[in-house]
Amino acid sequence: MTHATVPRPRDSAARKGSVFLSTHPRARLALLLSAPLFWLGLVYIVALVLLLVTAFWTVDSFTGKISQTWTLDNILTVVTGSLYQTVTLRTLGVALLVTLIDVALALPIAFFMAKVATPRMQRILVIAVLTPLWASYLVKAYAWRSVLSQDGILEWLVAPIGGHTPGYGLPATIITLAYLWLPYVILPIYAGLERVPDSLLEASGDLGGKTWSTLRLVVFPLALPAIIAGTIFSFSLSLGDYITVNIVGGANQMLGNLVYTNVGAANNLPLASAIALIPIVIIFGYLFLVRRTGALDNL
Amino acid sequence: MTDSQPAIRLTGLTKEFGSVTAVDHVDLEIAAGEFFSMLGPSGSGKTTVLRLIAGFEQPSGGTIELFGHDVTKRAPFDRDVNTVFQDYALFPHMNVLDNVAYGLRVRGIGRKERNERAMRALAAVKLEQMAARKPSKLSGGQRQRVALARATVVEPKVLLLDEPLGALDLKLREQMQVELKEIQRALGITFIFVTHDQEEALTLSDRIAVFNDGRIEQLGTPAELYERPGSRFVADFVGTSNLLDTERSLALLGRAGEHSVRPEKMTVGAGELAGDGVRNAWGTVVEAIYLGSGIRLVVDLDAGTRVTVLEQNDRHRAHDDERGDRVVVSWHDADVVALAAATDAAA
Repeated sequence: MTHATVPRPRDSAARKGSVFLSTHPRARLALLLSAPLFWLGLVYIVALVLLLVTAFWTVDSFTGKISQTWTLDNILTVVTGSLYQTVTLRTLGVALLVTLIDVALALPIAFFMAKVATPRMQRILVIAVLTPLWASYLVKAYAWRSVLSQDGILEWLVAPIGGHTPGYGLPATIITLAYLWLPYVILPIYAGLERVPDSLLEASGDLGGKTWSTLRLVVFPLALPAIIAGTIFSFSLSLGDYITVNIVGGANQMLGNLVYTNVGAANNLPLASAIALIPIVIIFGYLFLVRRTGALDNL
Repeated sequence: MTDSQPAIRLTGLTKEFGSVTAVDHVDLEIAAGEFFSMLGPSGSGKTTVLRLIAGFEQPSGGTIELFGHDVTKRAPFDRDVNTVFQDYALFPHMNVLDNVAYGLRVRGIGRKERNERAMRALAAVKLEQMAARKPSKLSGGQRQRVALARATVVEPKVLLLDEPLGALDLKLREQMQVELKEIQRALGITFIFVTHDQEEALTLSDRIAVFNDGRIEQLGTPAELYERPGSRFVADFVGTSNLLDTERSLALLGRAGEHSVRPEKMTVGAGELAGDGVRNAWGTVVEAIYLGSGIRLVVDLDAGTRVTVLEQNDRHRAHDDERGDRVVVSWHDADVVALAAATDAAA
């Protein structure tokens, strides 16, 4: 008739700490969030605010030092200068085309991955989509430079059917950027379609919906937030890019190049800040537009 | 010959998933206007048969006829059958009215007419006032009704229901059973109802097919299945049974072969009962479970087997706990069912 007794846990310091935390939810929250909030506040937000503030300063043309006198000159230059207008429109056009191409490519791939492929095939495809992200950005951009060159593999492939490589320029930039950002568009759309139950597609077919009706009335509306989430990636990443256009863009410049030359060669940090505000304003406008669709819940 | 065509005729229907045979040469005819249930445990193939009829799966062999027309190779949207899904499968981005009108919309019917017809279908399930709501704002029972309205608005010849009441609580389920039966009578169309709940199948159906291992174990009316189960599996799955193997049958009944007796066909008393065909067996009560309307007694018979007896709670109990009581279990020979050997039960 002896009972094996379960020993009570000993009163250690760790136990006391646990007891304190489990009875004080606010202390728990503070401990959890103080480090990331510090990072977000100081390193991220303050840097962004400094950028904004710098845009309203000016550079002493004699000494090259930043003078902290408030002026709207940089903003006015960026808004009215024809160079900045042209480059802004070009950058916007490139970003839009890249996004369009990526969505057109990602939709069928993501649909196949989420709704058609066997689980095994699905895993293989996810890996295939993710693998390019492991390679360096520069290596991929230079690979495209080689592919697109006058004696490159593309020319060799399409020459027999009378085609030619586009060479270096904006088309090459768009192709390369579309390649670079494609995984970022496929993955959210794939995740979004995965969450659409198969029974909804079956129900549509069962009620008489042919393939096109089902895609238009059921799949597309349900995938739209995920598609928009994907476009936010490709659009914003394209807006800020300046390396790809340097490597395959020929003489073309994008906003990033203007920022780069003003920080470096021209030593005009306030003007560079003002230019950098353009993509930020565009992205904020875009985010404001898509916020209503619920796409931001999908990021 | 057109008027005597069955609504559904399955001939040698087979479905294999890899090395697993989910449906194994099923032959079945379902009459027009019938409330037909496919009953079985999970993995018995009943849902696969339903999905084959709907067209969501392609059979590995055999044919499916709908009112005499072979629809085996037709796409789901090309068949005059509609499905009420287990998870209802309502479109979350559309309101209730658009959900119900969907089948009319994809058939190219104009907005005004399809909305009128959808409203009528919603009225039939008493949900007109919910037309503008999103499905996520409805209760389980309401979603169930919307799914029903959506599937019936396109006037199918056969309605397939895949465990439609499985997600509802008991009270609501009983209420929906009554409504389903009423709707089926009002529409006059064939209902094929898949369930693993034998009580539900017995309550609702004109006929039931009991599925086991991809085959139909027994086909019959609820009373036939319950009173005359053809095999050990059916006796055990439909209701509860006291199963007696050959040895016990010889000892208790003086007959060879497997037999079964329903618990409610047996009574427990202090003394032996007399009469033609009445059999008595002494035993000891080992468990007494109070059920409210009845008492379930588990009795160890002296003959060496354990039986369950269901007593109506219609008389005064001498004491609350019958455990340990010496009792006589009595039953009538006519209530003993001889079971066929399980292997050739499908015939």
